[in-house]
Amino acid sequence: MLIDNLEHQQQILEKLYLIRDLEEAIAEHYNEGEMRCPTHLSIGQEGVPAALSVCLSHDDLAVSTHRSHAHYLAKGGCPKAMVAEIYGKASGCSGGRGGSMHLIDESVGFKGSTAIVGNTIPIGVGLALSQKIRKEKNISVVFVGDGAIEEGVFYEAANFAALKKLPVLFVCENNLYSVYSALEKRQPEGRKIHEMVSGLGLKTYSGDGNDVVSTHQLLEQAVTEIKQGNGPVFVELSTYRWREHCGPHYDNQLGYRTEEEFLHWQKLEPIARFEKWLEDNNLMSKEAMNDTREQINETIKQAFSFAKNSPFPDENTLEEHVYAVGAQ
Amino acid sequence: MSKQELMFTEAINQAMLIAMEQSDDVLCYGLGVDDPLRIFQTTKGLVEKFPERVFDMPTAENGMTGIGVGAALAGMRPVMVHQRLDFFLLAFDQLINSAAKWHYMFNGQRCVPMTIRLIIGRGWGQGPTHAQNLHALFAHIPGLKVVMPTTPQDAKQMLLESIFDNNPVVFLEHRWLHNQTGLVEENHSLNEGNYLPMHKARIVEEGTDITIVSMSYLTVEAMRAIEALKQQGINAELVDLRSIKPIDWSTIEKSVTKTGRLLVLDTGATTGSVAGDIVAHISENKFSALKTAPKRLAMPDIPEPTSYGLTKGYYFGAKEIAEYAHFIVKNVEVVDLYQGLIREGHHDVPGTYFKGPF
Repeated sequence: MLIDNLEHQQQILEKLYLIRDLEEAIAEHYNEGEMRCPTHLSIGQEGVPAALSVCLSHDDLAVSTHRSHAHYLAKGGCPKAMVAEIYGKASGCSGGRGGSMHLIDESVGFKGSTAIVGNTIPIGVGLALSQKIRKEKNISVVFVGDGAIEEGVFYEAANFAALKKLPVLFVCENNLYSVYSALEKRQPEGRKIHEMVSGLGLKTYSGDGNDVVSTHQLLEQAVTEIKQGNGPVFVELSTYRWREHCGPHYDNQLGYRTEEEFLHWQKLEPIARFEKWLEDNNLMSKEAMNDTREQINETIKQAFSFAKNSPFPDENTLEEHVYAVGAQ
Repeated sequence: MSKQELMFTEAINQAMLIAMEQSDDVLCYGLGVDDPLRIFQTTKGLVEKFPERVFDMPTAENGMTGIGVGAALAGMRPVMVHQRLDFFLLAFDQLINSAAKWHYMFNGQRCVPMTIRLIIGRGWGQGPTHAQNLHALFAHIPGLKVVMPTTPQDAKQMLLESIFDNNPVVFLEHRWLHNQTGLVEENHSLNEGNYLPMHKARIVEEGTDITIVSMSYLTVEAMRAIEALKQQGINAELVDLRSIKPIDWSTIEKSVTKTGRLLVLDTGATTGSVAGDIVAHISENKFSALKTAPKRLAMPDIPEPTSYGLTKGYYFGAKEIAEYAHFIVKNVEVVDLYQGLIREGHHDVPGTYFKGPF
């Protein structure tokens, strides 16, 4: 239970601050023109990955999407290596070959994020297949959005995961939009994603992804069930993207969504609600929270300074890694 | 090392058994790998020996390719098989965006040691979507290896090499080679024996008058052609490519430097073909060695039709190869010289043994 676990409370709070404030820093610096790659921010969607972060160990694996900063950081990925990657530097987590949409930190089980919607879904299921064949006790997490549910490969991979009872946790952050296309233009009215997925033979849960406490409860339950060998679980969590699909700006002026809708979701944002929960339950003082946030911001500052001061990869390495060397 | 006579399919089967015996990381899956027919017998006896690592799959080509990529990222060596290449076209996202890219885009931190066996159909009305030769399409993608073995010995050894290679390998089997027989070494692991490495082309026959580069089933046709050319006093050097990506340029360059003439055969459509690339490469790099214009002999830019009537003139074989080679060497067009190379019987089967359906 989260209410009893001080360490988890602290860790979740740290992840919430780290994701929010690091993303804000990217937005602030983006127009300097040094982060020269498409960048999808997770601001507003911090709740789900932060809640999940305390349910997994570094031996559990995860794969993610184009909007993966929050997932990478929540899984324990190195902030310096992530920012350096977005800056295209040699010290980046992918050596500058991947950018914002191709993050990896193998040391914490973050196996990679890729840019094509739905692309990592079967890859995560394949990781789980190896875990099952090798009789390992860990699980694989596949982060998806509501858009990826429309990809055929989701059904292919979910079907196989259910068929083989693989240890997969599908975490679906439903933020209502695929780029600028609203959910109601893409999926039939009244159909719930989690109900449909239940029809595929997966255990499913759904909840308010901006409520960290209840989300944590759902995810902890899901991870426990998967580790018992009962097969994959799919959790749909509602949330909302504050900024434009890709880039650092707000975009309500475009008119694809209403200001009213945006303000409604902003009120439901995960960080303030979690802080209030901590305060209301006398678990942490406002002062302690401020201290935590200050420390996190020091980490973020260091990450940017590390990234800016790192060199670009040597041009002579352009041809490296097209093929892996050696056999066996 | 002793040798035994095996069919191409039996050689594939041996390689699978050896690989799975040699490493617990090797997986084998695909629609039908454990069904009664066992992918033309190539997966015979596997599921009985390795029940946890050999499995049938849902008809989900893209998803199952990605699942193989995921398993490979965890250190396994999956071998996926499709009874026809054409179905695998559904998996291009996972092949191109995942398997081919992962090692590069994550700076060499993980490799994707995965082998994809694809069987290319021909004849018996396989038609537009069961007989495509798309090796050039695969070869276009940086990060992939593409191989097309011709002999049973190469089939066995190159499959073993593909499985234990640390890169994604597209392993293309021509259905008309499946029943060909040949002597195969009785090795029991990858490193036993002394073989031509997978990325090297093989000089099938040495010659001085013209270099004929071929691949897969066309090497069989070319072998018949060069015997007939000998009767006309033309000594052709036959190079079997084996590896389509990477291409063994040095062997081809060396041969053309010797013969001064080049004919490249290709089982795929002419535009954007591997044959076109070889002609371009030699023209760019060995132009002064050429005594006459190089030539590609590839398939027309037309889908394979289904009807027995329409396929009659669709494929070229030993006769056309001999005629083109003769023209390149002698600069004389011949009409009736190589009529004897037209194969007897139905044109749309590899031999009388073949009664369809695929």
